[in-house]
Amino acid sequence: MSYGYPTTYSRTRADLRADDRRSYLRELDWVLLIAAIALSVYGAILVWSASRGDQAPLMGDLQYFLKRHLLNAAIGIGLAFLVSRVDYRLMRAYTPVLYVVSFLLLLATYLPGIGVKIAGAQAWLKVPGLGTVQPGEFMKIALILAIAMILAEKRDAESEPRDSDVLQALALAAVPMAYILKYQNDTGTVLIVGTIIVAMVAVSGARTRWVIGMLVGAVVALLVAIQFHLLQDYQVGRLTSFVDPEADPTDASFNVRQAAIAIGNGGVFGRGLFQGSQTQGNFVPVNESDFIMTVAGEELGFIGAALVIVLLGIVVWRGIRIARRADDMFGRLVATGVVAWLSFQAFENIGMNLGIMPVTGVPLPFVSYGGTSMFATWIAIGLLQNVHLRHAE
Amino acid sequence: MSDRSTLRLMVFGVLVISLLGTLLGRLFYLQLVTGDSYRQSAADNGVREIVTPAVRGLVLDQVGRPLVANRTSLVVSVDRTVLERQPDDGVAVLQRLAQALGSDPTELSYRLELCGPRAHRKPPICWNGSPYQPIPVAKDVPTVTALKIMERRTAFPGVQAELEAVREYPEPYGVNGAHLVGYLGPVNEEELAVQKAAASTDPATKLRRNDLIGRAGAEREYDAQLRGKPGVTRLAVDKAGRVTGTLGTVDSTPGSYLVTSLDARLQSVTEKALADAIATARKANDPTTGRNYVADSGAAVVLDVRTGRVLSMASYPTYDPSVWVGGITAKEYNALISKENGLPLTSRAVQGLFAPGSTFKAFSTVGAANSGMGLNSSYQCPNVYRAGDRSFANHESRGYGTISLSRALEVSCNTVFYGIADTMWKSAGGLNAKPTAADPIATAAKSFGLGSRTGIDLPGESRGRVGSRAFKQALWDERHEAWCQAAAAGYPELRKTDPTQANLNTALDRENCTEGFRWREGDALNAAIGQGDTIITPLQLATGYAAIANGGTRWQPMIATALVRSNGKVIKAFTPKATGKVDASPATLAFLRKSLAGVTTDGTGRSPFKGFPLDRLPVASKTGSAQVDGKQSTSWFASFAPANNPRYAVVAMVSEGGTGSGTSGPIVRKIYEALFGVKGQSVNPASGVLVGGQPATTLPKVRSDGTPVVPAGQEGSPKIAAPPAAPAPTAAAVTSSASPGSASAGTGTGAGGPDSSGGFDGAAVVATVSSRAGRPRRGPPGRRGHPPTTPARRP
Repeated sequence: MSYGYPTTYSRTRADLRADDRRSYLRELDWVLLIAAIALSVYGAILVWSASRGDQAPLMGDLQYFLKRHLLNAAIGIGLAFLVSRVDYRLMRAYTPVLYVVSFLLLLATYLPGIGVKIAGAQAWLKVPGLGTVQPGEFMKIALILAIAMILAEKRDAESEPRDSDVLQALALAAVPMAYILKYQNDTGTVLIVGTIIVAMVAVSGARTRWVIGMLVGAVVALLVAIQFHLLQDYQVGRLTSFVDPEADPTDASFNVRQAAIAIGNGGVFGRGLFQGSQTQGNFVPVNESDFIMTVAGEELGFIGAALVIVLLGIVVWRGIRIARRADDMFGRLVATGVVAWLSFQAFENIGMNLGIMPVTGVPLPFVSYGGTSMFATWIAIGLLQNVHLRHAE
Repeated sequence: MSDRSTLRLMVFGVLVISLLGTLLGRLFYLQLVTGDSYRQSAADNGVREIVTPAVRGLVLDQVGRPLVANRTSLVVSVDRTVLERQPDDGVAVLQRLAQALGSDPTELSYRLELCGPRAHRKPPICWNGSPYQPIPVAKDVPTVTALKIMERRTAFPGVQAELEAVREYPEPYGVNGAHLVGYLGPVNEEELAVQKAAASTDPATKLRRNDLIGRAGAEREYDAQLRGKPGVTRLAVDKAGRVTGTLGTVDSTPGSYLVTSLDARLQSVTEKALADAIATARKANDPTTGRNYVADSGAAVVLDVRTGRVLSMASYPTYDPSVWVGGITAKEYNALISKENGLPLTSRAVQGLFAPGSTFKAFSTVGAANSGMGLNSSYQCPNVYRAGDRSFANHESRGYGTISLSRALEVSCNTVFYGIADTMWKSAGGLNAKPTAADPIATAAKSFGLGSRTGIDLPGESRGRVGSRAFKQALWDERHEAWCQAAAAGYPELRKTDPTQANLNTALDRENCTEGFRWREGDALNAAIGQGDTIITPLQLATGYAAIANGGTRWQPMIATALVRSNGKVIKAFTPKATGKVDASPATLAFLRKSLAGVTTDGTGRSPFKGFPLDRLPVASKTGSAQVDGKQSTSWFASFAPANNPRYAVVAMVSEGGTGSGTSGPIVRKIYEALFGVKGQSVNPASGVLVGGQPATTLPKVRSDGTPVVPAGQEGSPKIAAPPAAPAPTAAAVTSSASPGSASAGTGTGAGGPDSSGGFDGAAVVATVSSRAGRPRRGPPGRRGHPPTTPARRP
């Protein structure tokens, strides 16, 4: 569908820009945007409550984390706006550059002086003025674009990607993933990227054996890794502690149990904001990021926690809608990748809070405290809007 | 775009939405279905219990003298978890600490190792307790040293000095009694696991990580009663351990006092007599071996024959129970378990097994009477008894010709008993007798309690055994396969170096394999004089002789007479318990009492009682010198007195000590002198060691403040270990600074100053925090230290 601009010369360039702005605002997927904003604000409140007991007093300001989270969200929205307006073709053209730059940033985490180790993972870069950023988050975006580019290339007509295209896409993903698994021990990110690839290859229309093969391969790889002790003990501990929280005496199961207690403690309506004994007593570790759902669960109850899931559901629904209605394969694949990323990351995070997924340390999109994650997820929203707008043109 | 792509996108969408649905379902389950149990956990989570250990009960002798008491000690302990966080794993800290304490850093580090294959030392040097619990490394630290450590917190991370209630041994009359009272040790992981598995819910008897429990003697047997119930203060805390309020307090209940039938003064006499006899024996020459007696160990037991109560019981070698207080050092522990020191932890009286030798003849006499042989008949006492082609000699004595059975006991004539046993053996069917054939001597001996546990209220009692046809058969049933295999193999390894010995062993095994079940003539003869397979504990022999003395009742020996609350109220009185009647007629027992009295006046028991007023105080006795392969003989002296109206049974034994009368007799004589107040020819029990001249008939009084009342002049100058010069305010200061970050947990209530009235301390105790969830506290490193301490004073 396209709007035919009236070709009268009475309209000035300024009028055109105003029209453009109006149509941009009119054509935005507002449901998606509002759901994402709601999640970010809701997250700010939860982060605020979570940080009051331990982190915030250290900063000398009980509202410090509330403000920072809102600021991060605002920056994220700004980034999303920019991304949504980037010319589609330009984006495709610069995808290889983006990929290479992202990968170099990832490698840079190991450079002394720039790379920073936080919570045992050498996954952070020191950026003057911004604090620390996690290039792995941006790598996800670059990968989604790169894979979409390869799988959609020359096939905007009705043909499926060739096997060699799929192999290329897999190779593109494999290199940074191997690095992240090997040097950052970040199983969570690797699982998410794996999901992204499977989803994108499937939706690209590649032969069915690829889809089935990748699913089987993932299961086999996991079993082999555990069987042959390719994973570090603590990695297995993290993966298995959710099965039997009493089995592993290290921190992983302690956290899982404390999280379950916090959430179970909430009941239907919760203990009230700032009233959760588990939350305010700091029994649940990192509850401003990884375990943020325990705050919602304990203090705002089933209603409050379900609201998070429902809002995420809205984001996912809109994302899939955008993918379905996309004009070209590239757009559809980008939207699919973003949905796979956000939904699986949310599942992993909430699942570990609820004790049905291993503790892997991935943040909850929009809700968890943390700048990089917030920026990256908002950029993802920007990508969705971009695809959506192009369809609307 | 292809339909395939769109279809797959839709499938993907459904999958994603169902993932989120799964989360909703799980959320619903956690919060709405099982929420209640989590709410309870959340409530418990914020609770820490400050456990104030109960003051452990005292152990008193029969007139109230404390054998075990309490005092306070400054104990230095080290938290491994803090040390491990040091850049050098705490090596430097240990260096400094060793220097401050004047000990060796390596030794110190061994004490911090968790017991296991990688530890350099075995328990109890290595740490058998919880890895999260501070490990005590030094006791009775001078206040100056403790202050030095506590003032330089940064130089000693993870190190703390605290006042703790520890056991004290006042040693009235210099008594030791280590094997009777035992000692304490920290509870270990296994016991905690067993308790967890048993799901014991009684909070009063629940073991907690920091608990000390009885590891030997009465401390172990009556651990639950002595331990008392800990006081618990429930505090609301956050995860970092910051106290946010008090939820409730339950005061501790001090442990019960254990009143025993032991008499400290008599025990002291018994121990000294035993030690003296062993010292004398070691200076005496053994004519058989030409060397001095080794006299490696010994025991002496005094029982009240009317009740079976133990009045004293000594074992040599012994040890100082106070070495266990506040943790034992490697050197001390090695001394306790070394063979060179004669394994002092083993109670020879209760756990040691020895051939009874001729003391067994009293039971053989009963067997003879039971099988119809005349007690007043005449018996042949030749120098050598011939059975088949073998000769059995009279070891201790010569031949006496035709004598009475009474005389045979007096002179301990082996050949008379060989004859009796041979007659029985032949009438039972000889070599081909059935295993179930009558064995009157063994049957009689067993009825006197030999070869089975007496049931004394002390842990680790040995069973022993009585050699018999049935025993032989049972042994063969168990071992014959191994014997046959060894005989068939023929000792190939040994054969390379010593073919003669290998042949010998093979022949022995072959015989055992084919014939080992047979109760041969020689076995029967040896058994009749307490040799061969029979091995018993000194306590068993004392119980048996007490049964002869009291007319045939087998009492269960007992050291406990009562459990008394610290305010003096009697909780439980232990009444004497008869375990059965012996298999002997009153006439037989009367015959024995008379004959055994003759042993002391006219027989082998005479020499140690030379000059003793036997006319006023007749003593019934039987000597024994049991032959032991490759060792010097075991000296025995079993007795009871007065022979005409028996009150006490006294048994003494010295391993590798020579003859019964020569080495053990003097022990028994000294004990009777003390019991009956024998001076020269006068006998006056009132001037003896027992208050009132006889075993106490009433329980000692305990004042409402917990002080036992000891008759004036009978205190026995108890040794009260000087408290480590820790006046109350100093102690409080030390303990409170030991726990930064636990500020409001209650300190400075004023530690109890040492209260030495009555020979024991009023007990300042240290409270410890244990997580209700059973997990170590998880706080920031600086706060993870030791729990708050509350020096509390028992009301």
